[in-house]
Amino acid sequence: MMKIEAIIQPSRFDSVKDALREIGIEGMTVTEVRGHGRQKGHTEVYRGREYTVDLLPKLKLEMVLPDPLVQRAVDTILKTAKTGKIGDGKIFLSRVEEAIRIRNEERGENAL
Amino acid sequence: MKHLGWKCCLFVSMVLFSVPLLAQQSPASSATTPSAAASATTPPAAPEISKAVSEKLAQLEQHASEAESHADNAWMLVSAALVLLMTGPGLALFYGGLVRRKNTLAIMMQSFLLMALISVMWALVGYSLCFGGNGPVIGGFEHAFLRGVGADPNPDYAGTIPQATFMIYQLMFAIITPALITGATAERMKFSGTVLFLALWFLVVYAPLAHMVWGKGGFLNASLGGKFPTLDFAGGTVVHISSGVSALVCALYLGKRTGYPKQPMPPHSLVLSFIGACLLWVGWFGFNAGSALSAGSLATSAFVATHFATAAAAISWSVAEWIKNGRASALGAISGAVAGLVAITPAAGFVGPMPALAIGFIAGLVCYFMVTNVKSIFGYDDALDAFGVHGIGGTVGALLTGVFAQQLINPVFGAGKPVGGLDGHWSQLGNQLVGVLTAWGFALVGTIVLLKITDMITGVRVSEADEIEGLDITQHGEEAYNLES
Repeated sequence: MMKIEAIIQPSRFDSVKDALREIGIEGMTVTEVRGHGRQKGHTEVYRGREYTVDLLPKLKLEMVLPDPLVQRAVDTILKTAKTGKIGDGKIFLSRVEEAIRIRNEERGENAL
Repeated sequence: MKHLGWKCCLFVSMVLFSVPLLAQQSPASSATTPSAAASATTPPAAPEISKAVSEKLAQLEQHASEAESHADNAWMLVSAALVLLMTGPGLALFYGGLVRRKNTLAIMMQSFLLMALISVMWALVGYSLCFGGNGPVIGGFEHAFLRGVGADPNPDYAGTIPQATFMIYQLMFAIITPALITGATAERMKFSGTVLFLALWFLVVYAPLAHMVWGKGGFLNASLGGKFPTLDFAGGTVVHISSGVSALVCALYLGKRTGYPKQPMPPHSLVLSFIGACLLWVGWFGFNAGSALSAGSLATSAFVATHFATAAAAISWSVAEWIKNGRASALGAISGAVAGLVAITPAAGFVGPMPALAIGFIAGLVCYFMVTNVKSIFGYDDALDAFGVHGIGGTVGALLTGVFAQQLINPVFGAGKPVGGLDGHWSQLGNQLVGVLTAWGFALVGTIVLLKITDMITGVRVSEADEIEGLDITQHGEEAYNLES
């Protein structure tokens, strides 16, 4: 089991979600986040006062998948979330030791 | 009131002239008839006809003046409601959107509080202090508890509407003026201190100024023969200079908001401010055109001037911003519109559309410069720019009124007498300066003294911890947005 955390541009979310569903990924958790990497923020001016906004809004997708699905999911995200500009985000992969379904206490990949 | 005198004269003289003319008709016609046949019958009939005619005329005269009175009253009641609309929701939304989220209700509550508090004070003594008596500086207690303020007009101020209408209309001005000051004290002044200070301010600064400029006997009154007749149609000195200058004093006395100017404090909702500014624009027609105190052509003239000045100022502020920042912002456009509304206020009933465009255009540029450059040079924290827009816009407008006022629009000094500088009466600029300096001086001194008094009784500023947590929770125990509930 691997966990995929993908931080993406909010504008790409619908395409990514639809493409993931097409390859059979049923569940994910989405969070609205703010952050920055190499992408610079922008300035806003209110009555002559300038504010630099350097934390930009992004979406974080989290999903835990059985190993065979991971590569396809990563490829799908790469393909659909990419605009080619700085600020497209990142994907992090990590190994997950256990998963438990709260309703019936199923464990492991059955719980996914 | 400024315009009514000659209108009444005209009406009365027309009636006076027409009565003898019609009365003469019967003897004149009887003279042309053959005297032999008519001499026996006409003499007794003539007085009957002329009596019937004059009765009819008297009836007509009464109907005409009733109709005028009803028309004026209808417009003035609508205007009064429009001016109240400027404070709530207009100003409350405009300011409410400009503060940070944690202070939204606090600033809206201050405007609303004044709607209630000043109204009660107005009924008890406020109206009388502004418009009772005939002292040069302040009115008296003649109309305390609204004694004698009812259906009968007060011919000194508005001869065609019930005095109660005039009273309730003027109240709305007294409400919005202290509310404007809360733009400078925003996000850090105690609620208790705000209540006490603004109540005192209304009695000590607003009431005398309103009396000086608009009250009978006031030494700045232009239409009732003051010593330094200051042209102030709808409140450039009384409302905007007084509140704007007091706002600056408050900003300096309170000190900067914690974190200003390092910490970003962007407006939390420009949508609210946008709606508020648009309501201000609409309400201002009641403020300015209503100040004609009648529904005639002067009201139209003031309405037109108000509209064009506002449009011009919105454009000039936006253009300045576009040139400087490369973008024209919504906040800039609405701020410019408010600056234009402020600047045309003293001039509204004295200038035509072209001077109005000029006044608006100049005010938009000057206020933009004040708010964006001068404020940061001096470093005072006039949080929502009450001084930059109202103090400066009011001053610019009051002085330009002395330049552009036309007897063609409003012969306030009598028929044929020039009014403003371009009319050939440049000394009016001197009168305007006296009015402006009086308002500045009064507001400066009054506000310093009252802030000291307030500071001793309730304190003026919240603790730093309360300020950081926000005034909504610490002063009122509630939040503007409970989005999770």
